[in-house]
Amino acid sequence: MTATPLPEHPDFLWRTPEPRSSYDVVIVGAGGHGLATAYYLARNHGITNVAVLEKGWLAGGNMARNTTIIRSNYLWDESAAIYEHALGLWERLPEELDYDFLFSQRGVLNLAHTLQDVREGVRRVNANRLNGVDAHWLEPDEAAKVCPILNVSPRTRYPVLGATFQPRAGIAKHDHVAWALARRADEMGVDLIQGCEVTGFLKDGDRVVGVETSRGRILAGRVGLAVAGHSSVLAERAGVRLPVQSHPLQALVSELHEPVHPTVVMSNHVHVYVSQAHKGELVMGAGVDAYNGYGQRGSFHVIERQMAAAVELFPVFARAHVLRTWGGIVDVTPDASPIIGTTPVEDLYVNCGWGTGGFKATPAAGWTFAHTIATGEPHPLNAPFALGRFTTGALIDEHGAAAVAH
Amino acid sequence: MLLISCPWCGPRDETEYHYGGQAHVPYPGNPADLTDEEWAAYVFYRDNPKGPFAERWMHGTGCRRWFNVLRDTVSYEVLAAYRLDEPRPALPGRADVHQPAEPAGGNR
Ligand SMILES: Cc1cc2nc3c(=O)[nH]c(=O)nc-3n(C[C@H](O)[C@H](O)[C@H](O)COP(=O)(O)OP(=O)(O)OC[C@H]3O[C@@H](n4cnc5c(N)ncnc54)[C@H](O)[C@@H]3O)c2cc1C
Ligand SMILES: [Zn+2]
Repeated sequence: MTATPLPEHPDFLWRTPEPRSSYDVVIVGAGGHGLATAYYLARNHGITNVAVLEKGWLAGGNMARNTTIIRSNYLWDESAAIYEHALGLWERLPEELDYDFLFSQRGVLNLAHTLQDVREGVRRVNANRLNGVDAHWLEPDEAAKVCPILNVSPRTRYPVLGATFQPRAGIAKHDHVAWALARRADEMGVDLIQGCEVTGFLKDGDRVVGVETSRGRILAGRVGLAVAGHSSVLAERAGVRLPVQSHPLQALVSELHEPVHPTVVMSNHVHVYVSQAHKGELVMGAGVDAYNGYGQRGSFHVIERQMAAAVELFPVFARAHVLRTWGGIVDVTPDASPIIGTTPVEDLYVNCGWGTGGFKATPAAGWTFAHTIATGEPHPLNAPFALGRFTTGALIDEHGAAAVAH
Repeated sequence: MLLISCPWCGPRDETEYHYGGQAHVPYPGNPADLTDEEWAAYVFYRDNPKGPFAERWMHGTGCRRWFNVLRDTVSYEVLAAYRLDEPRPALPGRADVHQPAEPAGGNR
């Protein structure tokens, strides 16, 4: 593995327009999902009279805080379809956007430490293959060939009994992804408006007709929410209740090291996941904090446990220092699957509930959300992810394959 | 880490407890009469406020009893802890809490 230099960050990738008084579509939230939605509204549907409103700065929410793992090895058909669509888009986006965001398909190992993990892993590999997703079951010695620093000794507390491997999985430079999408959306006429918080909704009966913002009223033909951890707080202001709970999720990085870690390793059971960033930091995450929270910081004992697991799995990490920790706020649904679709309020659409795993879905979330907003109907890929599933009971229970405890 | 006061054992670290989500969600009085929407609301929909939140905790490594905690979901301040047979305490004269402005981290 050789270190690739990062692309330069140009000074101005998008305009800074004043908000106009009305748009065909207003997207709330300029994270990866909001930006991808705006991009595909313009590219796939020719809808360019669009504003993306962001209370902070562009892609400063979870988009700036995630650990950038991209994979599509989910269990159920509905999830495999949407995450694999995303992976296919990731594979062509750098060329399409003319921006090298260092999408690196270095593969992902999901470790098994118990007999139940092994059974779940083998089952998922088979399910993935039936869905056209690349997946392999590896014995411990094969996993160690993929990742030589991985400790597969049987003498650890929770020995590695095997792993699933998806070779096409990987990581990307998250900020650059956002900037790449923002530049193209802007070029096609989308107004990206930062420092503009949506505080309420303008309604005409059961229909939304605009938003109240910290910079005044903006009328809109249709409104799409893509505000991640704040979905329920904002939707409530439109009179819509969402089955999501917001939890702090944190991550951390070490100082820079020579390339030692060639893939992505995730462990549900001992709960740590690690990759090495292009620059050289070891990037690590764990599970959400158990409690609801909006404080954008996580509990110290979560870090303590994740470090203990990391050092046992990768003894070489014992010499690494933690450089920085941070937290984001993720919105978690009862079945660990997202909600993308219509709401009981006409012309108001919601994209939320991606929990700990929405970065990998960014292009497909944008693709399907744009389709739903443009046509008023779900795309076949997001139809199963409708709000109504909590009433019909047609849940898509991805807790096992979500890979981060929540 | 949160410091939570079990009504029976006193103040202990968060790691001694298990989180149980929103408190004061009663089982439906007439379950047979509920519509699908009402069942969905009972099973899947919970409040998710930014501010004071009444929630259940269980003292797993102590007395193993469930109780309720009133906690601020922005500052993480534990405002009260009370037994299941006690009403949710009032919070007189409490100012609104605002989210602290924290810089983004991110893997740069
Ligand atoms: C620590 C951590 C690690 C993660 N690791 C991974 C990973 O490895 N792989 C993966 O696939 N996913 C990961 N995720 C999850 C992923 O980051 C999210 O699912 C995804 O970013 C959510 O979509 P988004 O990018 O649009 O959200 P965000 O980037 O959070 O965008 C929402 C935006 O809405 C804005 N907003 C909120 N309220 C308002 C308002 N009222 N008005 C205007 N704007 C508003 C926010 O400021 C924010 O910028 C991780 C998340 C965290 C926190
Ligand atoms: Zn106790």
